[in-house]
Amino acid sequence: MNNGFASVARLTLAVFILVVVLAPIMLMFATSLKGDEQQILIDFGTWRAFWVSPGDISLENYRQVLSDVQAPLLRFLLNSAVITASVVVVGIFVNSAVAFSLSRLEFKGRGLLLAVFVSLIIIPMEALAVPLLLMMNRVGWLDTYQVQIVPFIAHPFSIFLFYQFFTKLPRDLDDAAYVEGASPWQVYWGLALPLSLPVIATVAILQSLEIWNSYLWPLMVTRGVEARPVSLALAQFFGTPPPIWGDVMAFSVLMSLPVLLVYLGFQRWFIQSAVNAAIK
Amino acid sequence: MGPGVILTLLFIVTPFVLSIFLSFTNQRLVPNLNIPTEFIGFRNYERVLGRPDFWNAFGNTGLFVALIVPIQGAIALGVAMLINSKLPMRNLFRGVFFIPTVMTMVVVSVIWAVLFRIDGFFNQFLDLLSFGMLGPVDWLTNEMTAMGSLILLSAWQGFPFQMVIYLAGLQAINPELYEAAKVEGSTSWQTFRHVTFPSLRNTHVFIVIATTILGFKLFTQVNLLTQGGPQGVTETVVQLIYQNGFQQGKVGFASALSVVFFLTVLLISIAQRYFLTNEETK
Repeated sequence: MNNGFASVARLTLAVFILVVVLAPIMLMFATSLKGDEQQILIDFGTWRAFWVSPGDISLENYRQVLSDVQAPLLRFLLNSAVITASVVVVGIFVNSAVAFSLSRLEFKGRGLLLAVFVSLIIIPMEALAVPLLLMMNRVGWLDTYQVQIVPFIAHPFSIFLFYQFFTKLPRDLDDAAYVEGASPWQVYWGLALPLSLPVIATVAILQSLEIWNSYLWPLMVTRGVEARPVSLALAQFFGTPPPIWGDVMAFSVLMSLPVLLVYLGFQRWFIQSAVNAAIK
Repeated sequence: MGPGVILTLLFIVTPFVLSIFLSFTNQRLVPNLNIPTEFIGFRNYERVLGRPDFWNAFGNTGLFVALIVPIQGAIALGVAMLINSKLPMRNLFRGVFFIPTVMTMVVVSVIWAVLFRIDGFFNQFLDLLSFGMLGPVDWLTNEMTAMGSLILLSAWQGFPFQMVIYLAGLQAINPELYEAAKVEGSTSWQTFRHVTFPSLRNTHVFIVIATTILGFKLFTQVNLLTQGGPQGVTETVVQLIYQNGFQQGKVGFASALSVVFFLTVLLISIAQRYFLTNEETK
């Protein structure tokens, strides 16, 4: 085949996929920037749904969703940020400590404990939701931050990723530290944890996306606005008829923007963590 | 390691054991004083397996999986091969193509709800293609198109994840295999058929299993866009667990559903282990 023709064909195909990927996202941004709801509805049936002419840009929808007292968007964003950050940060320490003990310390039942953690990976959250809801209801944790944080800190898959990394770290490093009189805690804190930055990144990205995007669990455990995360708030905003599309899309943009910005900054890390999660 | 073990025991092991225990009771979310909670043996399981709505949900979920796995897998492999070829600005393309996967399913559902509107993009497109002969179709409330619509938006959101895994798999293929194929004068199709596709065997197994398990968890899109309708054609197992356990408070029955759901996922994972070990022992 003619090489020039082939590369033009490939580029054309790539641009086509680019359009398919970006069009829905363009629709979200464009709609959020149109002040006239009537015009939005007319535009939905045409290619103008995906575009807004610079002259028509209005921030009215953003002003509206940010000043809505019934649905305090900033509060929801803050809730999601607090919940996600807590799970991820505490989770990194807790899960890496378990993995470090499993890979480095000699104690009875170590092999069994490792096998238990590995088999727990397979249990889907969806299968635990109902009994967990019953437990949380009994201890009066509904409508709180902790009900969305504490159950998700221990994460067998993260433990497994840390464990794999720690077993590959050369023992000579710890031995040298122990000779100098370090305690296991010092080896973990001063040596193993700082070296495991790539795993920390993978675990942090995977868990942040999981928690930021979670829907089923907050749907069951939050009722009021105090602890409601932004994903659920958007779902309820969207589900209250009739939807005001300009506002719904402004809400969607504000929910997506933090993730998109972090993604743009750490693109390689995101893609690498997807690969790391698969090739275990 | 203490805190990690305690948290795991409290929030993973306990609810897991509890779900098995509760599945043999008539436990309710809000205790009803007139109906004391008691053991009812296998009655929940009899009801799960004996009721058409479970088999309907199970069948729908199976259909979703059976369709999305090959569709999404083929798209992901195709796009990965495109990026892996001599494409200018491939890092830019890869970076943009990955975006849908970092978008929240709630946002994706909201956007696609607009595209599926009766006066929306897909209907205008259909109208244009058929010169006004077909449509408009109410995609999400039509029994024929509701599941297909969910598959389409799910594939759009999910394919980039498989794409980057295929890309890693493609880059791990020994280049000498391609050299050999070139020397033998293979066509592009023959090279794909005899070198690329078989070399990705373990990647295929991972992709199929991971997509299957993700597919079985189908919930958010359904809950937001169709609530299991129309006529139950998009009802799924997790949606059923949610409706029974949370909305109707039938914890015992929902626990039995959860156990059956878990066993299904377990079987799929065992199949994965089996296929992967088979490969290693060869």
